[in-house]
Amino acid sequence: MSVDTGTVKRVARLARIALDDEEAGRMTGELNAILGFVEQLNEVDVENVEPMTSVIPLSMKMRQDEVSDGAKAKDVIANAPASGDDFFLVPKVIE
Amino acid sequence: MTELTKLTISEIRARLAAKDFTALELTDAYLAAIEGANERLNAYITVTADKAREMAKASDRRIADGDARPLEGVPLGVKDLFATEGVHTQAASHILDGFKPRYESTVTSNLWADGAVMLGKLNMDEFAMGSSNETSYYGPVVNPWRAEGDNKDLVPGGSSGGSAAAVAAWLCAGATATDTGGSIRQPAAFTATVGMKPTYGRCSRWGTVAFASSLDQAGPIARDVRDAALLLKSMASVDPKDTTSVDRPVPDYEEAIGQSVKGLKIGIPKEYRIDGMPQEIEALWQKGIDWMREAGAEIVDISLPHTKYALSVYYIVAPAEASSNLARYDGVRYGLRVPGDDITAMYENTRAEGFGREVKRRILIGTYVLSAGYYDAYYLRAQKVRTLIKRDFEDVFEAGVDAILTPATPSAAFGIADQEMAADPVKMYLNDIFTVTVNMAGLPGIAVPAGLDAKGLPLGLQLIGRPFDEETLFRTAHIIERAAGRFTPTRWW
Repeated sequence: MSVDTGTVKRVARLARIALDDEEAGRMTGELNAILGFVEQLNEVDVENVEPMTSVIPLSMKMRQDEVSDGAKAKDVIANAPASGDDFFLVPKVIE
Repeated sequence: MTELTKLTISEIRARLAAKDFTALELTDAYLAAIEGANERLNAYITVTADKAREMAKASDRRIADGDARPLEGVPLGVKDLFATEGVHTQAASHILDGFKPRYESTVTSNLWADGAVMLGKLNMDEFAMGSSNETSYYGPVVNPWRAEGDNKDLVPGGSSGGSAAAVAAWLCAGATATDTGGSIRQPAAFTATVGMKPTYGRCSRWGTVAFASSLDQAGPIARDVRDAALLLKSMASVDPKDTTSVDRPVPDYEEAIGQSVKGLKIGIPKEYRIDGMPQEIEALWQKGIDWMREAGAEIVDISLPHTKYALSVYYIVAPAEASSNLARYDGVRYGLRVPGDDITAMYENTRAEGFGREVKRRILIGTYVLSAGYYDAYYLRAQKVRTLIKRDFEDVFEAGVDAILTPATPSAAFGIADQEMAADPVKMYLNDIFTVTVNMAGLPGIAVPAGLDAKGLPLGLQLIGRPFDEETLFRTAHIIERAAGRFTPTRWW
């Protein structure tokens, strides 16, 4: 499988990365090189093979259902590019 | 004073205890060394001199009180991927501009609780994506090693290139690093340092900037095998804040150093004898085999039939996980914000400007392989092949193999701005061909210096172990270290 520039632009939109035409063109070539490389996986017989979900057998840890942390609004917003009254500020999204 | 920076951690421990010098003198020696070298090598992104001196003074008080902890007064460098409270933490990316976390990663907290001193944050490939440290927003790191009779700048490997270069150039006594596909072991091999990637789940990932969560694992880069054991003992822990941190006590890894390897079965996988492998690498591997045999280990030929698919699986699984993990960089909560006409344009502009080319490429690949219609063909299939790769290892371990010996990298360090690598991303990815299988299977792996090539550049061997059997790796790597000796660069910087 290979991708065209239109597909690369659509994927970039999904990933929320602005790409200009020149970049999209270059990325198309690079992505196709990688997709060409990984094509070899098609020759592997994966019939009845379970996909890996956890690399080390782990049982999900349980903990007491109690408050262990919190009341750190100032810490949470400390690194925000724009904030006010302990809120993150974003461009207007609702008219 | 420069001599102080040449000591190993175990030597520092003994000489601080003997009051030969103070922790503050040691830290000052390192700060002076960084000052004199960093402009040329670019290993540190930020130096925390005041903090280092304060920590060193606290260590001196502890030592005076007879209350020294295991890493008391040992000056360390920290890869920029680990959150350090109030200190630059940007994963060497522009998108995290100005980010200073309000918390400390578990791994670094463990080190400071054991008395270590933080010298600063180390350069790396952006978001740990790279094998040459050239994708950093802060520019490439220069390898302290040069080919004989040549003054060309070489890469230190990546992504933990700053960590490896700083340890090799005596700019810290040891460093934290992380490994997703080879990012501890490949730079260690390129700089004649020891790099240990422990079993997945051995070190907590809490507070470490995530790249590919099912593969990422922290570990040390050190001057010798014993130092790597000392550092891992401190870095590893059971952490309720990371559900993938495994509930097993951390052994005293140092006890493994010097233990006999008599009777251990060392597997030699035939699939690692790849086409076009330089003769020097082949010869080095054979030397390693001979050393192990002379030390009493039994050498057995083994097969890991799915080895050749590991890189392909990696370049689906790692970008897929990265595209999801890096979705959080949106210009709202931290770091860079680039304005746009509406909120979507703000996201798109921020991410376009904030991420470098390699990171964008991986996010796009990841987004593509996870997108509707392609998920089964790429991601699901890759995860199935990953199961087969892991099964290969399980089969040989079940057959009684204790550790696997391979080359660490297919070549020695290459030049900065290598044209062939720049033209073909896949060529750069091939650097990880011997290391990436280990991450696929979650196993521990150690890279240990084993010799120099014809140009005088370091080469390393890798040992791969059973899950949570880091001790056997320290034990076997020590045999190689003892036989090969240690290698240090000639200072030119």
